[in-house]
Amino acid sequence: MITVGYFLIAFGAFFYFLGGLGILRMPDVYNRLQAGTKATTLGSFSVILGVGLVNLDYLPKALVIIAFIALTNPVGSSVLARASYLKGIKPTDKTKVDEYKGGDEK
Amino acid sequence: MNFSVFLVSYFTWMILTSFTDVKELIVGFFVSLVISIVMKKYYRIKFDVKFPIRVIKFVFVYLPVFIWEMIKANFDVAFRVLSPSLPINPGFVKIKTNLKKDSSKLALANSITLTPGTLTLDVKEDTLFIHWISVKTLDEEEKKKKIGGIFEKILKGVFE
Amino acid sequence: MSVVNYIYFILVGFGVLFSFLRILLGPTSADRVAALDTLNVVLTGTIVFLALVFNNGLYLDIALVYGLLSFIETVVISRFLEGKK
Repeated sequence: MITVGYFLIAFGAFFYFLGGLGILRMPDVYNRLQAGTKATTLGSFSVILGVGLVNLDYLPKALVIIAFIALTNPVGSSVLARASYLKGIKPTDKTKVDEYKGGDEK
Repeated sequence: MNFSVFLVSYFTWMILTSFTDVKELIVGFFVSLVISIVMKKYYRIKFDVKFPIRVIKFVFVYLPVFIWEMIKANFDVAFRVLSPSLPINPGFVKIKTNLKKDSSKLALANSITLTPGTLTLDVKEDTLFIHWISVKTLDEEEKKKKIGGIFEKILKGVFE
Repeated sequence: MSVVNYIYFILVGFGVLFSFLRILLGPTSADRVAALDTLNVVLTGTIVFLALVFNNGLYLDIALVYGLLSFIETVVISRFLEGKK
């Protein structure tokens, strides 16, 4: 159990690293959000579950934090992507199609 | 007083403090009672007869598919980030959904955000706007199947 | 298990460094907020890990409140950016 927990922690740390790298390397804000959100969400799941498995007293609270992150993190990045689109930040030149044109008219 | 709100807040209190300490249980009981009376009109949580079946479906059908898709998504992101040439082909697409309730649409949007290469931008009525990191097709049906096909079917059983 | 501590803090240190570089470089304010959002999630996980390192359960409560506040912060800043054309 403890070994599995420590393995999960190291695995999650690797995805935290990838999230930071994705934030740095991707060309525009939408792709950055894609890389950042996905990698850090799985990283958090893995690290927090690992901590819960190493010390079983922490497990219930760790599960609450996991549920909380699973609910809020995608919503936060979605709100941010929508805000930057409505503000008029241009996507990268590689972008082929845009069916969202103009956003929602207020 | 809304009994479902009372149950949810009391259970959350017990997880955050303890299941055995008598003092905590008594204080939590009164706090949840006050919350469920005062906040009555702001919450629409309602438990019905089918609630246990939904929980079982959620845990044993939705969660495994979701976690598997998430792991796939992360290896996809890892591949894209680590390869030197950054193989991306992004675009904004829209898909239609059949789900009616707000909670199920929220769950669908979150699932789409965490699965390979897609990020939900906006939800308007029954249309979801999505940023797709590598656009493969523009056909209505194909898009729908590729982006949210499995989740829509499962969530229909869970929430509606 | 001090080996895992070293691995964790080296990898997360690089992740935080990259996010900070993006906060400094970022051409638009949305880029900076995106990097800040990522940084907040990484820090939430790190605070939970500190509970294990220092063997103190209080850090879990801190992580919960920190995560809640960081989410509210992201949403509020996004709404602010959206209003300002």
